[in-house]
Amino acid sequence: MARALASPGLLPVGTFVAIIAIWEISCHLFSIPSYVLPAPSRILGGFDSIGTLRWLDHVWGTLRVALIGYFASIFVAIPIAIALARSPVLSRAVYPILVVVQSTPVVAVAPIIIVALGSGDLPRVVITCLITFFPLVVSTTTGLMATPPELIELSRSLRAPVWREISQIRLPYAIPYIFSALKISVTLAVIGAVVAEFVAAEKGLGYFIQFSTSMFKVQQAWAGLVILVLMSLVLFQIVVAVQKIWFPWSLPKDKI
Amino acid sequence: MTTAPAAIRFSGVGQVFSTASGTVEALRHVDMSIDRHEFVAVLGPSGCGKSTLLRLTSGLLKPTSGKVEVFGLPISEPRDDIGIVFQRPTLLPWATIEDNVVFPVRHKTGRVSAQDRETARKLLEKVNLKGFEGRLPDELSGGMQQRVGIARALFMDPDILLMDEPFSALDALTREEMGFELLRIWEDRPKTVMFITHSISEAVLLADRVLVMGERPGSIVENLTIDLPRPRNMETSNNKMMHDYVGHLRSLLLKRAA
Repeated sequence: MARALASPGLLPVGTFVAIIAIWEISCHLFSIPSYVLPAPSRILGGFDSIGTLRWLDHVWGTLRVALIGYFASIFVAIPIAIALARSPVLSRAVYPILVVVQSTPVVAVAPIIIVALGSGDLPRVVITCLITFFPLVVSTTTGLMATPPELIELSRSLRAPVWREISQIRLPYAIPYIFSALKISVTLAVIGAVVAEFVAAEKGLGYFIQFSTSMFKVQQAWAGLVILVLMSLVLFQIVVAVQKIWFPWSLPKDKI
Repeated sequence: MTTAPAAIRFSGVGQVFSTASGTVEALRHVDMSIDRHEFVAVLGPSGCGKSTLLRLTSGLLKPTSGKVEVFGLPISEPRDDIGIVFQRPTLLPWATIEDNVVFPVRHKTGRVSAQDRETARKLLEKVNLKGFEGRLPDELSGGMQQRVGIARALFMDPDILLMDEPFSALDALTREEMGFELLRIWEDRPKTVMFITHSISEAVLLADRVLVMGERPGSIVENLTIDLPRPRNMETSNNKMMHDYVGHLRSLLLKRAA
């Protein structure tokens, strides 16, 4: 019994089920009003409030912005990281700016960006980029610098072109660092997309949650939240799987 | 012998590094030469500039003063006929053993031919790693990884092999085995070897000549020819002369340290 409980897959599931059960029982036992905390069974009802197609529409709205922002961010962050790793001068010049950008609360800048860029997809993608960008740049730069100096000497002793030193040695060596940033950033991308939807949107899960709460349809808002959490989890697991399938050597040995 | 230029020649070489906390004089007035196909061990305490000697020879570093020549030509940039084996194997963890061995040509030219792969497989056979071509470095022991490092350094078939304490990370037994294996490779395909080490017995066992370096700033304080018969093997370790050489070098290093 103790062994079964301790097995790695079962333990978190058990905890999860227990929390749901306590939640359900408490809601009924203490007659908690559903606008404060709806019981899990009521939240399930929230899923029926709109049709599947409408749900998919909202999910796609958020997912699309999150993914475009995420990939745009990767596309921009990696070349910047390479430039920072190559040039200490550039690194000293640009790094403080990156820190300032990172220190600015995205939630606070979001309305300003929406005003500046209009209400299309562009401002939402920019907001998502802003929030995902920093961990990617910092982690990738660290990874590029973590290459064993012997390999750089080997590269120099072969008089190989610099771009090959980057593509064949430094970037592959940065893979474990890049993936830890990719995992953080993919969940941040969902947050970025939701924040943007809070400010201005006509669809998407963030919009749906805000719209539902303003109408006091709390179960419905909770249902949106559950889907949002699931989306984040799935995206995270996709990144984990990509690393496992294509870069198994980059995982810590005890995890293979 | 005197007509052919030395494989490696240092004339009055000095090396000064500037660091954040001032300048460090690593080498002062180093004069030495290594003949073609000679196996020379450079012995010295850590921090005496042994590795600097190696980096100067490889062309990765330019001397602050003096002249470094390889085959009679002053060295201005890394040459293709020099292979380097580092203290750590530093293989690419994502590449198979065979890919690691062909890495120099892939890195230099961007292409790997079937001929290159054939060469790599032969080299792996020579370092006793036949059958491991498709494995990843992680799956090999430290000694096996260092053999891959040696195969990688031999891949371009260099005339000069620079080895920077290549066996110091290995356990004593593996270390000795690897030494003999290196000698077998060297006898089979003669090369000029500059072998950096801080192990006295390793230096004596492997080399034709031992150069002893003194500390800060580093310079050559002893040039000892090792007249032990070749091929050398386990028997050599018990040779009376071997003990004399080791004893001489040990007392020299201890006297300098005192």
